[in-house]
Amino acid sequence: MIRFRNVTKRYPRTGAAIENITFHLRKAEFAFLTGHSGAGKTTLLRLIHFQTSPTEGEVQVSRYNSKRVRRRQVPDVRRRVGFVFQDFKLLERLTAAENIAFALEVTGTAKREIDGKVQRLLGQVGLAAKARSRPEELSGGERQRVVIARALATDPIVLLADEPTGNLDPRAAEGVLELFRNLNRLGMAVLMATHDATLIRANPDTRVLELEHGKLVCDSAQPPEEVA
Amino acid sequence: MRPLREALASFHRAPLLGALSIGTIGLSLLIMGLFALSAHNIGSAISDIERRVEVVGYLVDDVGEDRVAIAREEMLSYPEVEDVRYVSKTEALVNARRDLVEFSDVYQGLDINPLPASIHLRLKPGFRDPDAVQEVAHRLSGYDFVEEVRFGEAWVEQLFSLRKMAGVAAAVLGGAFAIVAVLLIGSSVRMTILARAEEIAVMQTLGATEGYIQRPFLVEGFITGLLGGLVALGLTRAGFWLFTRQFAGFGRLSWLPDVWIIIGLVAASILGLLAASFSVRRELGKAYAI
Repeated sequence: MIRFRNVTKRYPRTGAAIENITFHLRKAEFAFLTGHSGAGKTTLLRLIHFQTSPTEGEVQVSRYNSKRVRRRQVPDVRRRVGFVFQDFKLLERLTAAENIAFALEVTGTAKREIDGKVQRLLGQVGLAAKARSRPEELSGGERQRVVIARALATDPIVLLADEPTGNLDPRAAEGVLELFRNLNRLGMAVLMATHDATLIRANPDTRVLELEHGKLVCDSAQPPEEVA
Repeated sequence: MRPLREALASFHRAPLLGALSIGTIGLSLLIMGLFALSAHNIGSAISDIERRVEVVGYLVDDVGEDRVAIAREEMLSYPEVEDVRYVSKTEALVNARRDLVEFSDVYQGLDINPLPASIHLRLKPGFRDPDAVQEVAHRLSGYDFVEEVRFGEAWVEQLFSLRKMAGVAAAVLGGAFAIVAVLLIGSSVRMTILARAEEIAVMQTLGATEGYIQRPFLVEGFITGLLGGLVALGLTRAGFWLFTRQFAGFGRLSWLPDVWIIIGLVAASILGLLAASFSVRRELGKAYAI
């Protein structure tokens, strides 16, 4: 479903952000993407989201390939790839329900379907009672749940999460992780970038992709020699 | 309908920013408005003078009026000629007595009228340049009953140079003012788009198409340009009113023709639209590496 083949991304001023990375994230798979700050986690997520293109190699997301995709097809890729940010990126002037409805509106959902779908998504993330709250009235964990509900609005096949628990207390972080787990059980692939080693250790059965200085140094789903 | 609704909602959400943009565009276009008003009045003044350009042929005595009438018909068919007027010897004397008051004694009690009959050719706009005037004068001198042709050669050439200089000055100054207006409008519209950069980024992340994102901004740019144009029109009108009131003896100044106003408003709207298009495309480009 998501396939990296010898992907390198170099920036003119800072050099290689990721280098010769190959991996495959299957349908309904859950994986952690880990590494220190600057290891290349965000660049890797941005490549999957087609916010940037590889300098070498190719990225395949569903039927779209980074080498052949056209600019007008990018919105379709992004509807299939939900993105959850560490800093939420919610629109402060809108309520929780309106933020989710916004995602449905901008992707062309029929008006008559929006209300019902918003209620369903809010229920799915456990925030039905907070529909009319604005982001400033919500806790960090609740905000992150709204972001997840918004990311789910377009019925994506995979969720990318960039340090989604980075700004949360341990309990809220655990709640968000549990939400990802539930979504994964329902068949959604999840790739979660985190540098929280405790979180990773607490989930020993989950696949881990570890980056170091832009290189994939460990993929727990593959023997070390194959990663190299 | 959604782009218009969104554009109006944007004005409603940030009225101060909207007013600032419209005000900035209005002031930028005020420069253009005042320039257009000056150019229009200078152009009108030159045209007024140009209207007086005429080629005069002085006729030999005793030429039959029927010959003059036939020649007049021929001259009226010249492409350059707007009007042909015959002044008889008698009319010439009456005119001289009326116009040249200081020589009235000279023209009193004459036994013989010394003034010749003449034929006056006024030229159409576009044919009042030295070449066209020379050409008509040359044709007029070809008639055997025309003794002498005059058209104030030096005056026509000076007038033509003045027209050319005014044209070049208008093009250079107008171009410079237009560039300044475009830059100011661009910055102003960009300010409103930057204020919504986060919203644009969220829409892109969610998978909104570029057309969907752009359309409300284009409508907003168009409306901002149009309202800015109306503000500039109002300010220019106020400036014109103040000037004519303060300097009543300055001469007869005329307000802009309707067609100029319509062109100005359409141009302001299109400028707003183009500035918005450019700025929003730049903003959109940040999240598309493909």
